Amino acid sequence: MTDLSPGTRVRVKDDWPEARGPCHIRTPHYVRGRQGVVVRRLGAFPNPEDLAFARPAPIRALYHVRFDETVLWPDGRAGDDLLVEIFEHWLELA
Amino acid sequence: MSTILDTDGEALLGALRGLLAAKGLATPAEVAERLALTERASPAQGARIVAKAWTDPDFRTRLLADGTATVEALGIPMRGAPPLGVLENTTALHHLVVCTLCSCYPRAVLGYPPFWYKSAGYRARAVRDPRGLIAEWGTVLPAGTTIRVVDSTADYRWMVLPLRPAGTDGWNEAALAALVREGDMVGVTVPVAP
Repeated sequence: MTDLSPGTRVRVKDDWPEARGPCHIRTPHYVRGRQGVVVRRLGAFPNPEDLAFARPAPIRALYHVRFDETVLWPDGRAGDDLLVEIFEHWLELA
Repeated sequence: MSTILDTDGEALLGALRGLLAAKGLATPAEVAERLALTERASPAQGARIVAKAWTDPDFRTRLLADGTATVEALGIPMRGAPPLGVLENTTALHHLVVCTLCSCYPRAVLGYPPFWYKSAGYRARAVRDPRGLIAEWGTVLPAGTTIRVVDSTADYRWMVLPLRPAGTDGWNEAALAALVREGDMVGVTVPVAP
């Protein structure tokens, strides 16, 4: 994936690898399928999903993505938001 | 049959250290150095960083731009630690740090995470009801301040740079550092002058 610039609207993939077998995921369940905005690129790191199993780990870009609390929770407070680190392979353009 | 669960911890640690040395992964001296660094890291280090940021605008700018390099220049060893991000609270925006997946915490600058930070209750409620959660710590944000939860899920570690409390004009760094508690740098509380 090419670099996502700040302000890009993204959606976290609605994917549930834990339903398919043993895995290690750094994408919290509550952001999956939700739409947010890229705040900044934090860097690039070996994919922890592979590191956890001692597999060769490709380097993946890591983004800080912002979500409105109202997008995440039915009782989220308007104006409040949340930042979370998401690896590029979990993001798709929204 | 002996399993990892019923093996004596000391024996297990000894065997692990022996293997690390035998395989050339970490010498006993390196392990000792890391233990000493871990023991030295405490909220007092974080408080020192906060106090310096409150009194030195140039330091604050550099700290917000590159936490790791800037605290390293203060003599806090960051080698081997994940990159440090610093989140600046303002009158308009308050940050609250959590790790919903486990217990990621800026150990290099704050030491071991407190027990509540690792609890299932804190991890669940910080993202779902941050205002209700910090209210239980006695923290009520002024009207017009929004809250930004920072879920620490991957390769960064985050600490909060709180707002300097009113009534501290002219205080020196040591006096300011003494005001700053662990929770202020996570965002569950805010520092107040006595």
